[in-house]
Amino acid sequence: MAAAGARWNHVWIGTETGILKGVNLQRKQAANFTATGQPRREEAVSALCWGAGGETQILVGCADRTVRHFSIEEGRFQGQRHCPGGEGTFRGLAQVDGTLITCVDSGILRVWHDNDKEASSDPLLELRVGPGVCRMRQDPAHPHVVATGGKENALKVWDLQGSEEPVFRAKNVRNDWLDLRVPIWDQDIQFLPESQKLVTCTGYHQVRVYDPASPQRRPVLEATYGEYPLTAMTLTPGGNSVIVGNTHGQLAEIDLRQGRLLGCLKGLAGSVRGLQCHPSKPLLASCGLDRVLRVHRIRNPRGLEHKVRACCLLFPPFIFLFQHAWLLKTPHLLQVYLKSQLNCLLLSGRDNWEDEPQEPQEPKKVPPEDTETDELWASLEAAAKRRLPDLEQTQGVLQTKRRKKKRPGSTSP
Amino acid sequence: MAKAGDKSGGSGKKALKRKAATEEPQEAAVAEDGATESGVQPPKAAAFPPGFSISEIKNKQRRHLMFTRWKQQQRKEKLAAKKKLKKEREALGDKAPPKPVPKTIDNQRVYDETIVDPNDEEVAYDEATDEFASYFNRQTSPKILITTSDRPHGRTVRLCEQLSTVIPNSHVYYRRGLALKKIIPQCISRDFTDLIVINEDRKTPNGLILSHLPNGPTAHFKMSSVRLRKEIKRRGKDPTEHIPEIILNNFTTRLGHSIGRMFASLFPHNPQFIGRQVATFHNQRDYIFFRFHRYIFKSEKKVGIQELGPRFTLKLRSLQKGTFDSKYGEYEWVHKVCAYSLKSHLDDCKSME
Repeated sequence: MAAAGARWNHVWIGTETGILKGVNLQRKQAANFTATGQPRREEAVSALCWGAGGETQILVGCADRTVRHFSIEEGRFQGQRHCPGGEGTFRGLAQVDGTLITCVDSGILRVWHDNDKEASSDPLLELRVGPGVCRMRQDPAHPHVVATGGKENALKVWDLQGSEEPVFRAKNVRNDWLDLRVPIWDQDIQFLPESQKLVTCTGYHQVRVYDPASPQRRPVLEATYGEYPLTAMTLTPGGNSVIVGNTHGQLAEIDLRQGRLLGCLKGLAGSVRGLQCHPSKPLLASCGLDRVLRVHRIRNPRGLEHKVRACCLLFPPFIFLFQHAWLLKTPHLLQVYLKSQLNCLLLSGRDNWEDEPQEPQEPKKVPPEDTETDELWASLEAAAKRRLPDLEQTQGVLQTKRRKKKRPGSTSP
Repeated sequence: MAKAGDKSGGSGKKALKRKAATEEPQEAAVAEDGATESGVQPPKAAAFPPGFSISEIKNKQRRHLMFTRWKQQQRKEKLAAKKKLKKEREALGDKAPPKPVPKTIDNQRVYDETIVDPNDEEVAYDEATDEFASYFNRQTSPKILITTSDRPHGRTVRLCEQLSTVIPNSHVYYRRGLALKKIIPQCISRDFTDLIVINEDRKTPNGLILSHLPNGPTAHFKMSSVRLRKEIKRRGKDPTEHIPEIILNNFTTRLGHSIGRMFASLFPHNPQFIGRQVATFHNQRDYIFFRFHRYIFKSEKKVGIQELGPRFTLKLRSLQKGTFDSKYGEYEWVHKVCAYSLKSHLDDCKSME
């Protein structure tokens, strides 16, 4: 049941407590997944990326320097790989051709063979990118090309199949009007589609466009927004603008053709940690330190999708139960309260947002399963304790709890 | 007619006027709106056609009079309706329908989904491993540094002194124009657990920055209604050195929990009940009221309290993850002004039935 549900989750979020949350926006439910069954702060998720084979696998980079594989089809963690070397957390995770690319805070970029059976601890390739890396991003069009940038670490584009030197090394802008050196702090990088250009957002509230094809190594375009560090960035469908978020929870859409501000999005109260736009639909998913996932609509009318809430319950060793939420009247925003501070997110890029064929099947399935399992338990009662009847009971209890909770929600104005 | 005219023109007594009013429609109906009267009473007043409102009378005195008369009428009707309802309720006795609950701002609030469920394991784990875990596991005991913004005036200085008597194990230091980012590493090296900075504007304290030290969150509050000890009426004698008890009221949401824990971690764990002193942080609709009392139980159910120390009201402006860094720090919650929102963030008075 939960496994089938996992396939239909639209957004996957990594939290600071080590839980991977899958949120189904159609049914407004959120599900918690952990590798060990209990949340652990050592496993705080710092990077997420899609695994091999479309969107059926997720690679989760944790704070204890392990990369765990999560299978969406089965709805559970399948294996993990320890990636030592360097210090700090993962700043970027990517996979290409059965190999895994990781980059850590201290600037060690390593390419690993992604086969856990062999689990050799030698990387295939190691590059030193420079200390203080804030982001490593893979070019979706050329999977062997990655870009890195960080605090006092200028943007560099590396070709992993090429030489050990970066393909493009950005130059800092000229000294400002007081003739002082402008500090560098690249917080997020994106590759623009259908060109070689890159966009970065900095901790000094600048958005810069670099063009390796042009002879100048300095940024081609620079725009500023706000007065707080920009922490996350995403490209909008169409490729002409980016949406950036800063540490105050302000989201802004900036046009890259002119470098001007198109508009802002409201709602977030905490620092933005993850942003992603859907490749074709005008939806933007954002998550941050205020423990809420929000889905905004970024085209006309700009605003938030219909507002909803969800609660997540906690879990037994497997995949656990969802709680569902109740709808509020306000249009526009989809807002899901997720109880832990959210670090990164992955928005599924698939086009069919609905998963209705699954829903009618599930309730039909449940009664026959129950009778079968009841017979099984009846025959096996004398043996050791079993987990499943407890689960069913707790599910029943939780459902009644849900119903009880629903009343105050529905009677509130 | 003349008599009516005299009365309406001359006397200011409402009873007479009322009689005049009752007579007027009859007279008008009879006299077909005499032209002589129209100067004093507008023809409309006589018949009161629909669509006439008292505000259309141009004469201020008459208008005022008509309004007070109308108001009295309304009050009478309301009283009569109340009495009637009361009689009906008494008559029905037990079968009477329950009294309707009046609408208040608190009643009309939107239910807050972030209210913490005591059985919630995820939140429990989050709290068990957050920055205050070492305090709540009794591994560290608080040591507070209280300071102000630069060059404080008398009120702020006295508030700091009084606060240091209220909060045990606290030290007041003069600011001397030092940058907070330089003070914080020094505090950490001297084992301070919390830093309180009272901001002052125009000789009154108006802000409070509370930073939990090793790497904990920093809360920035707006402070208002500050009353020093001598301004508190009917207060008791100065507080003693006993460790007070703490009361944290209404910190129900997740954000409220974080702030409540911040306040709790200011005071040592073991309250000395001999001292009979209690510090209360009462949160209501996002305003946190701080009071310091001494209590005495006169009997099992009766308590007498005397207010001791300073009193102030706080409102959270932002909660920043990490120690004080307003420019580059990451904010967990920032107050965003929204004129029409009835939502409160730290608590929700509506009980979960």
